[in-house]
Amino acid sequence: MLSSSELNVTGPASSGASYAFAKKLRRSLLPYLGVLPFIALVTIFLFWPTITVISGAFYNPDGTFGLGTINQVLVEPSYVDAFKRSIQLSLVTALIGAFFGGLLAWAVATSKRDGISRRFILAASGVFAQFGGVMLAFAFLATFGFNGMLTVFILENFGESFLTQPTWLYGMVGLTLVYTFFQIPLMMIVFLPAVENLKPQWREASNGLGGTTGEYWKNIGMPILIPSFTGALLLLFANAFSAYATAVALISQGSPLVPLQISKAISGEVARSNPALSKTLALGMIIIVAVVMSLYVLMQRRVAKWTR
Amino acid sequence: MQLKKSVTTVGVMMSASLLLAACGGSSDSASSTPTDAFSAATATSAADFGGLAELEAACKAEGKLNVIALPPDWANYGEIIDGFATKYGIAIDSAIPDGSSQDEIDAANNLAGTDRAPDVFDLGQSVAMANTSMFAAYKVESWDGIDPTFKDANGLWVNDYGGFMAIGYDANVVPAITSLDDLLKPEFAGKVALNGDPTASGSGLNGVFMASVAKGGSLDDIGPGIDYFASLKEAGSLLPVDPSPATIESGQTPVVFDWDYLQAGQVAGLAEKGIDWKIFVPEGAVVGGYYFQAINADAPNPSCARLWQEYLYSADGSNGWLRGGARPVLADKLVADGTIDAEAFSALPPVTGSPQIASVDQTAAANELLTTRWATEVGAIE
Repeated sequence: MLSSSELNVTGPASSGASYAFAKKLRRSLLPYLGVLPFIALVTIFLFWPTITVISGAFYNPDGTFGLGTINQVLVEPSYVDAFKRSIQLSLVTALIGAFFGGLLAWAVATSKRDGISRRFILAASGVFAQFGGVMLAFAFLATFGFNGMLTVFILENFGESFLTQPTWLYGMVGLTLVYTFFQIPLMMIVFLPAVENLKPQWREASNGLGGTTGEYWKNIGMPILIPSFTGALLLLFANAFSAYATAVALISQGSPLVPLQISKAISGEVARSNPALSKTLALGMIIIVAVVMSLYVLMQRRVAKWTR
Repeated sequence: MQLKKSVTTVGVMMSASLLLAACGGSSDSASSTPTDAFSAATATSAADFGGLAELEAACKAEGKLNVIALPPDWANYGEIIDGFATKYGIAIDSAIPDGSSQDEIDAANNLAGTDRAPDVFDLGQSVAMANTSMFAAYKVESWDGIDPTFKDANGLWVNDYGGFMAIGYDANVVPAITSLDDLLKPEFAGKVALNGDPTASGSGLNGVFMASVAKGGSLDDIGPGIDYFASLKEAGSLLPVDPSPATIESGQTPVVFDWDYLQAGQVAGLAEKGIDWKIFVPEGAVVGGYYFQAINADAPNPSCARLWQEYLYSADGSNGWLRGGARPVLADKLVADGTIDAEAFSALPPVTGSPQIASVDQTAAANELLTTRWATEVGAIE
């Protein structure tokens, strides 16, 4: 307990201190104010849906709380196969896209700064990276499909060949080819800045010190590029993993991929919609992306050791 | 999820109590001031408003109608919507035209209580049957002209339009089709498409039903239909592609299993592009499907919702569907009244055999079998 006299003595001093403290606090909190809109955005569009999906997955098909739906997804072959196909498709197209897109980025980075081909490739990549969905699937169907332009042309002029029996287009090979079409330009766009950051002076320094081309790439080029490369690879994986419209336009029977299974569970006209199933499938996708991201972070830490 | 559910429950309870309040009000004060207690949301006929003219006036006071999931090129809804808007001078807000039946119900739940909620539904069978508690009972003026098999006795829902499952084909590309077995021939390799996965889509499901009936099965036994599509895939005829007007126009899907009314609406447009589109319904395999019209019990514009029903079930609206190639449920009455659009009526594909329509139970049983067999036997991809 403080006496009144003590209060009188300490009063002004402590209020001065608390004023200074408040001022300091305000000054240190002020910058965070600018982050508020971002936090709000992330909460509404990322955290909230994620929480809804995760909590919604723990319901049985009859609406009671439990692991029934999760069990169903883990056991029934159509869901397990959908996950296998989705992972395979995403992985393969990410690798193909990263390889060719990486080469393209390197070619562009070493080309003439204001050259016409460089500007053309940059602009085309920007367009084609976003050229997915029904349009893209349709373009492939109309070209390579059973009744496509190229198929008919070859049949009329050259006779039977593998191009005139395009069953491959309507399966995993077709999906891989079509997905690669937007994966390569996307890789080119996201990887180009990293390649451009390789300063010619480093190469010159390496050469000046007697390093060979192989040594330059092994000791300088690769260590610098690998973090960006794996990051871009991850982005490509997620990009293919979540793609929906392209696949559905090409293959509408059997719902072979997870996003198609989710759509079927939400908006089927035949059976009642099953929100728990769709959320469980979505949870599975979240877990897979989380695993891939963790691997990415681990790898990033290893390869980026030298920068610390 | 739990939260959403409880919110919905509260919403339902609130609307139920509102309803009760409205009903209570009308019975309490019916003798003294009937107009004060009258609520358009509980009116079950135009007579409750005092007649069609009063219903029209009540709708004009609301000034707006919210419809949902009505594609302009589906059963001629574009013309019907324009016709209603012009006739009554009411603005129509047509939300997500390409939405599914479930989207309509979801929108009604998510937007309940706002002025953007849908006023009326046009639903597929399974979604309609699962959500009858969301419908407001209403009997249109032409109620007695509708066959009892096509309406709920209390007026909660009424079938509106429908048609039969058919095989459409480009006669310039493939030979004339006279039976389902024709499609197994090499001329049809990579040319046949089914409109939608039957485990998710009503048109896809009825395509399999139709094949089943034609191949010795029935609506209770869809197995032969699945066998048929498996043999189509085996023969290399079946394409997994989702057929659309674009795939038909460009020749990607020259043979399509789909509702005759959806195909009939495209024939004229396809003819302009040099495609001779023919529609074939196998003899004795006349599998029909009708859509369900209902009023949202929580309609933000209850009078306009009811006026819309009156319009749809008048010669104007029903002939609109007919011109889109769909068979209006009122077709027989319109013929008797002499108000039918004779030209459009005669353009419907000829059908021999008595129509069959799958019940909710038959659909559920078929879906169970399809869930286990379709993805592995027909939908599997390499």
